[in-house]
Amino acid sequence: MKENGVRTSHKSLTGVVAVVAALALAGCGSTAGGGGGSSAAPGGMQVPALKALDKLGTPEGEVNVLAWPGYVENGSNDPKVDWVTDFEKSSGCKVNIKTFGTSDEAVQLMRTGQYDVVSASGDATLRLIAAGDVEPVNTSLITNYPDIFDALKMKPWNSVNGVAYGIPHGRGANLLMYRTDLVKPAPDSWSAVFDQAGAQKGKVTAYDSPIYIADAALYLMATKPDLKIKNPYALDDTQLAAAVDLLKAQKANVGEYWSDYLKEIQAFKNGTSTVGTTWQVIANLAKGEKAPVEAFLPKEGATGWSDTWMVGAKSQHKTCAYKLIDHLVSPKVNAQIAEYFGEAPGNRKACAETVDKNHCATFHAEDEAYFSKVHYWTTPIATCLDGRTDVKCTDYATWSKAWTEIRNS
Amino acid sequence: MRSRRALVALLTPPMLWLVVAYLGALAVIFATAFWTTDPFTNLVVRTFTLENFRELLTPTYLGIIGRTLLIAVLVTVLCILIAVPFAFFMARVAPRRLRALLLAAILVPLWASYLVKAYAWRTMLQPGGVLDSAFGATPGYGFAAVVLTLTYLWLPYMILPVYAAFERLPESHLEASADLGGRPGATFRRVVVPSLLPAIAAGSVFTFSLSLGDYIAVQIVGGKLQVLGTTVLQNITLDLPLAAALGTVSVLIMVVYLLAVRRTGALENL
Repeated sequence: MKENGVRTSHKSLTGVVAVVAALALAGCGSTAGGGGGSSAAPGGMQVPALKALDKLGTPEGEVNVLAWPGYVENGSNDPKVDWVTDFEKSSGCKVNIKTFGTSDEAVQLMRTGQYDVVSASGDATLRLIAAGDVEPVNTSLITNYPDIFDALKMKPWNSVNGVAYGIPHGRGANLLMYRTDLVKPAPDSWSAVFDQAGAQKGKVTAYDSPIYIADAALYLMATKPDLKIKNPYALDDTQLAAAVDLLKAQKANVGEYWSDYLKEIQAFKNGTSTVGTTWQVIANLAKGEKAPVEAFLPKEGATGWSDTWMVGAKSQHKTCAYKLIDHLVSPKVNAQIAEYFGEAPGNRKACAETVDKNHCATFHAEDEAYFSKVHYWTTPIATCLDGRTDVKCTDYATWSKAWTEIRNS
Repeated sequence: MRSRRALVALLTPPMLWLVVAYLGALAVIFATAFWTTDPFTNLVVRTFTLENFRELLTPTYLGIIGRTLLIAVLVTVLCILIAVPFAFFMARVAPRRLRALLLAAILVPLWASYLVKAYAWRTMLQPGGVLDSAFGATPGYGFAAVVLTLTYLWLPYMILPVYAAFERLPESHLEASADLGGRPGATFRRVVVPSLLPAIAAGSVFTFSLSLGDYIAVQIVGGKLQVLGTTVLQNITLDLPLAAALGTVSVLIMVVYLLAVRRTGALENL
């Protein structure tokens, strides 16, 4: 009898599970492909029809910002590094900060719809635009927009069909960092992490994201001219295979990969990593913790970033979002961020506000020739970005599969 | 009638929780595994495909699954090897006072944050760290470090059920075995082990499943090691359906494992 009872309840339970599961799935299905009209952009990109904000309203009281580490500092990491507290007082917008380690993470987090503002690099911006996660921005609502370098405005990574989708923030290059006491002679080339990586076997570090494949491609661009790589983000099958082989060979010498900047600082500090790719801010923080490190731009050039502040399409705090962006690109704050993170500011007037008067010269803020050597992170697509039409290039999905393969080789 | 209504009221909230939050989530994961993504935006596209499961059968992913299983098995075996003598000492040898102290020593680390313990191991394993200066060598970050750290993290979950089983084991059984001429070895093999087995199986459910799903300790002390958890994490941003398919694998492994454990009768022991 008892056995029977148990069995019946089992049966009805299965029924309930099925119904609930069906409901859950139906719920997911109904949210699919909401955006009605969409327009085509160059390269066949479909952009959801979204409208920019007309005018600012009353501040909503808070704003949730998704940022690269070092971009939005409220003093919690270092009491001396704070350009948010004053803004919170004057604007009435409490700033909630969430940092991310890779562009992929940023895209994923932005997709939750919980964030109002994001600092997106070029390999995230178009994905966010195409998916309808961010909306166009009304640049006339950003009082500091006229002071932003023209070289950064309305670029392929921050605008579509002549519509601005964000406010340029700043740019820079990924650098090579090494322990000055353990790596001798001092390197001058990316070969320190590729062909010569064996010298630091088990102590090499690399950035843990498929976009790092571009770093290998950039090195091949300089060292293997017969591969004819023109743009590290436009790789056909052969070129990608060469980059993958290089990274697999590198892996034998890698101790660990990083995407969490705090982990990289610690690894360099205790010597488990001695050479590898980095950002200026990481080098600065590591030096601050007395690690004997140096970071520089290798002779082959580098991959880099040109970042854009974007507004979430589902944002409930748009007035605060615009106010925060305007604050972050204002000359003084933009200068503080540029110096703290170690990049070229986006605001022309920021160059007069830096503590180190040479900052803009050091980081080549107005040096377009320099930045022609820096290949900004861009999402690879099947249409070759270097203009080739006789061959199909590998897209980011292929890159991420390749990256998984490298990490598991 | 009234008691029936009361029963429904009592059971509805936990059942809803179980079905919606637990089974619903599993069902969604399973369904997602049959979808694909847009190559540019990485958004999930709802067209049916078996591609994700086919991909799991490539050497890359089979390697990850095999490695993860190996870690889970090693951690479980190490936990058993440490827990059995330890629990025996606690339950049978140690005086009452010391027993309470040892029990506390096992339980206290459970109160500390998982992250703190994992980072402590990161510091201990680094060159010039505690292990290096004490033993003159450190395994460094990687496979061995992960097994070591996970064994440390999950050991209490093995000791506690085994300790309870030793406590429950009647002294008279051991005496009977000795009276009948059983040497200590035979007694251990034929009396102690069979009565411990369900407890070990119960403990192994924790050590095995926790090791199978772990990805945080692996990131902290694993160096460049890739396991199921880290691969899911890596793909969750770029290829959610593939991540879901990988998630399905660990669910399947656990179901098989639980069915096997159920045969030992250990689940009544939890």
